[in-house]
Amino acid sequence: MALSFAISEFVQQITSIRAGDDLLLSGTLFTARDAAHKRLAQLIADKQLLPLELANTVIYYCGPAPARPGDAVGPCGPTTSTRMDPYTPLLLSQGVRATIGKGKRSASITDACRTYQAVYCVATGGVAALLSRKVKRSEIVAFADLGPEAIWRLEVVDFPVTVALDSQGNDLFRASEAGH
Amino acid sequence: MRTIPAAEITETVARLCQQANYLLPQDVRAALTKALHKEESPRAREILTQISDNAHVAQERSIALCQDTGIAEIFLNLGQDVHIEGDLLQDAVNKGVALGYTMGYLRTSIVADPLDRVNTNDNTPAQLTIAIVPGDRLEIVVLPKGGGTENASALRMFPPSAGWPAIVEFVLETVREKGINSCPPLVVGVGIGGSFSAVGKLAKTALLRPVGSAPADGAYAARERELLDAVNALGIGPMGLGGRTTALAVHIAHAPCHIACLPVAIAMHCHSLRRMTETI
Repeated sequence: MALSFAISEFVQQITSIRAGDDLLLSGTLFTARDAAHKRLAQLIADKQLLPLELANTVIYYCGPAPARPGDAVGPCGPTTSTRMDPYTPLLLSQGVRATIGKGKRSASITDACRTYQAVYCVATGGVAALLSRKVKRSEIVAFADLGPEAIWRLEVVDFPVTVALDSQGNDLFRASEAGH
Repeated sequence: MRTIPAAEITETVARLCQQANYLLPQDVRAALTKALHKEESPRAREILTQISDNAHVAQERSIALCQDTGIAEIFLNLGQDVHIEGDLLQDAVNKGVALGYTMGYLRTSIVADPLDRVNTNDNTPAQLTIAIVPGDRLEIVVLPKGGGTENASALRMFPPSAGWPAIVEFVLETVREKGINSCPPLVVGVGIGGSFSAVGKLAKTALLRPVGSAPADGAYAARERELLDAVNALGIGPMGLGGRTTALAVHIAHAPCHIACLPVAIAMHCHSLRRMTETI
């Protein structure tokens, strides 16, 4: 049975969220994938102003397809998270409380989630049309020149995810491997 | 000799790029339904149900099944009695890709230079494979191939002495290490033979065969079953969260090769095995 959360509550209660929890999230997600991560990391390194406040945000690893006229957003499923691993500890240190993507991550992310009291969730890959129906509004907030790799703000309702890494060091993928 | 206007090729490619991205092929749907019947884990069942619901939404609304609408892998089987009038064949194809992706609300995912990484904004160029075949027709196959599964694909040159057992181990190792990030349930294309440059294409053409079909050669049919059973015994399951269906199918394509070589390539594919064919 999935637990429903407003994203504002979810980030406040992050330490009580556990690997294996199925969640329906409602609120704001920010998309970022490879190129946006690279730029954010560079801005942080250069001590420049960021185009968005990272504290208490949830980052969704996604580069949406274009929306048809009248649709809130184009198809928008998760991309492979592990490509973002080199940047994730830095972003968590800036206050990002959760990341959403697909697949397994390196051990450094398990540690980073513990250090910064954050979680990593997975959404089902390859169901982008279905997930786009959970998005009610979308707009580009930064790096529009990156095209599909821009940062989008997505307002979602009942966006389905499963917690894969929690703030206590539990790992759903490892638990699943041990199960067979 | 039959003349095909290049413009007709452009239009057909544009249409196929869109249809391939909106419509999950029937063979894949049937394999997913079969997988749902086999799964007992609620999580695996939920994921397979989402995949099937997604196909309905994408078809109904003419939107992409997956936001990664892929690099356009295009296979042309060109009859040698065809004369193409107008644009150069590859230009006609690339115009079709640009048209299909920009008019079809498909994501453009190609960068012009692998290191500078600036998006071409129309998903060109396509990856084009042309085979000359008998006759006066042109068969066009479009396979939008996602980047995540490309990254999980692999190629290795074995010594001939390594033989079939090394191939089994290579497939299992690749699926174990990279399968989770390739949106399982997978379809695994295996190319055996040819050469270093040919074996990758061979593995990709293996993905074009209908899921659920068996190769004509009984020995290869048995090898495919052996690999599928071994892959599914890994227990990775849908989206790597456990289950009986790690792969829907393993397909092998093979070709003659050098006496010193045993080239093997693995073309990993996700559950969204999108492909569309039309003959002009």
